[in-house]
Amino acid sequence: MVEKIIAGVTVNVNNEGYLENPAQWTKDIALEIAKEYNLTLTEKHFQVIDYLRKAHLNGETLTMRKVGSSGIVDIKGLYELFPGGPLKISSKIAGIPKPTSCV
Amino acid sequence: MKQILILGAGTAGTMMANKLSKGLDIEEWKITIVDKDKIHYYQPGLLFIPFDIYKKEDVIKPKANFFPSNVEFIITEISKILPEENKVLFTDGKTIKYDFLLIATGTNVCPEETPGLKGNLWYKNIFDFYTLNGALELQKFFRYWEGGKLVVNIADMPFKCPVAPIEFVCLADDFFTKKGIRDKVDITYVTPLSGAFTKPIATKMLSELLEEKNIHVVTDFYLEKVDNEKKTIVSYDGIEIPFDVLTIVPLNKGDEMIARSGMGDELNYVPTNKFTLQSDKYQNIFIIGDAANIPTSKAGSVAHFASEIVYENLICAIEGRTLTAKFDGHANCYIETGKGKGVLIDFNYDTEPLPGTFPLPGIGPFGLLKNTKMNHYGKILFRWIYWHILLKGKEMPIESHMTFAGKNKVNI
Ligand SMILES: Cc1cc2nc3c(=O)[nH]c(=O)nc-3n(C[C@H](O)[C@H](O)[C@H](O)COP(=O)(O)OP(=O)(O)OC[C@H]3O[C@@H](n4cnc5c(N)ncnc54)[C@H](O)[C@@H]3O)c2cc1C
Repeated sequence: MVEKIIAGVTVNVNNEGYLENPAQWTKDIALEIAKEYNLTLTEKHFQVIDYLRKAHLNGETLTMRKVGSSGIVDIKGLYELFPGGPLKISSKIAGIPKPTSCV
Repeated sequence: MKQILILGAGTAGTMMANKLSKGLDIEEWKITIVDKDKIHYYQPGLLFIPFDIYKKEDVIKPKANFFPSNVEFIITEISKILPEENKVLFTDGKTIKYDFLLIATGTNVCPEETPGLKGNLWYKNIFDFYTLNGALELQKFFRYWEGGKLVVNIADMPFKCPVAPIEFVCLADDFFTKKGIRDKVDITYVTPLSGAFTKPIATKMLSELLEEKNIHVVTDFYLEKVDNEKKTIVSYDGIEIPFDVLTIVPLNKGDEMIARSGMGDELNYVPTNKFTLQSDKYQNIFIIGDAANIPTSKAGSVAHFASEIVYENLICAIEGRTLTAKFDGHANCYIETGKGKGVLIDFNYDTEPLPGTFPLPGIGPFGLLKNTKMNHYGKILFRWIYWHILLKGKEMPIESHMTFAGKNKVNI
């Protein structure tokens, strides 16, 4: 675990840059991390981020299919919003842990 | 008489019926188990069918062979659970009231959920090996195939027996080498994961193994559809991979009955306490095997370790005591790697597979995370153990909780 200053706030991140404590997250942090992926966050991005944070706090396991059936965005849309690795990138921006697939 | 009802007579349900029939007072308890199918499939054996190693007869037996006489076995389809009324409805109109319910209805493959998968090419150039039919069709196909592009793809996570597709490509390498056409067969393993497997140390070991065998690995590929015209699989971000033959692990989902009962998550798995294996919502319901949403492998070995926990906690619940047994997610899988060798992995919720020896520390005979002949014999022996010891709920010389003895720490 290392300390990092993102958008002027000191937060704890793991070696892949995921926030260790979702409570340290702010909207500015999201905007800042998004820049690493050349993303400019829109209203739609934030709807997805909100959903992810709520689901995480509820102790739910997040999967692509689950987000795709949330009614907020479908899987195709999720790829358009967060190209590359939609769930991994959106989780990082949302300040929640990297989603782990169970073996 | 009080009633224990077990839904599903596969690996997990059968083990529980046997355990309970021995442990409970039969004057007081009636044990009933229900399944729509009268045949028991040895699913780990399906892996060997496409390569002509096992025949159909090697993997099927009548379910009725595996129940003691004091267990009632009913063949019918479950329509719905009414958990508020402690009642289960069957499609033939009958109902059974229960005092305690065990859900062991497993998970199914759902090729119809991916556009184009069950199109013109289904069972012509596209096969699954997770069903007996699929495995048998692929066996016929491979007998006469002269080579080309073999693509093995996993549609989505989670799926049962997460090592099976890796074993499949290893056995394919072996099979086509023996046939003398390996140079004409291009094998590609396409996965939605970021590596060959989920846990880092095992992934590293398995990736090296696949590379050694000249099997290409494509990661982070999330299947959207199959293009039957172009013979390609297409991901959500538009990547296309051509195939001559596609072996697919379709989306896995719990039984629709769970959805009809309003008891499942988005993939029809039942929300389950990962330590006690009790339903999150109903105290007289326990879930065992692939039907549960717990974060560990969906595998027969997991169901075996879980059966001891469910048994103990069910007795606690019957006697009105707090549940004392705690599941650690223990899984133990033999990975068949071809050329008469195998790798054994042993892990749980918190600990990833580590190298070492099993089950006796320092002795073995099985090597953890090592590719050995002995591990292959373990896998072959497993079929005998499955039919004769495991299903009958007999003791196995393996602890239900994972142990660190005999394991080595590693840095990667
Ligand atoms: C190719 C392959 C290889 C595998 N290899 C291994 C391995 O090497 N090691 C290992 O440990 N595991 C392996 N597994 C996984 C293992 O077979 C399963 O995890 C195990 O069988 C799960 O047991 P279960 O009782 O939960 O489900 P199942 O054994 O699938 O049983 C579920 C039962 O419920 C019944 N059912 C469901 N719905 C209804 C309904 N509505 N009405 C009536 N009946 C219903 C079904 O007919 C079925 O009999 C493999 C699986 C596959 C497919």
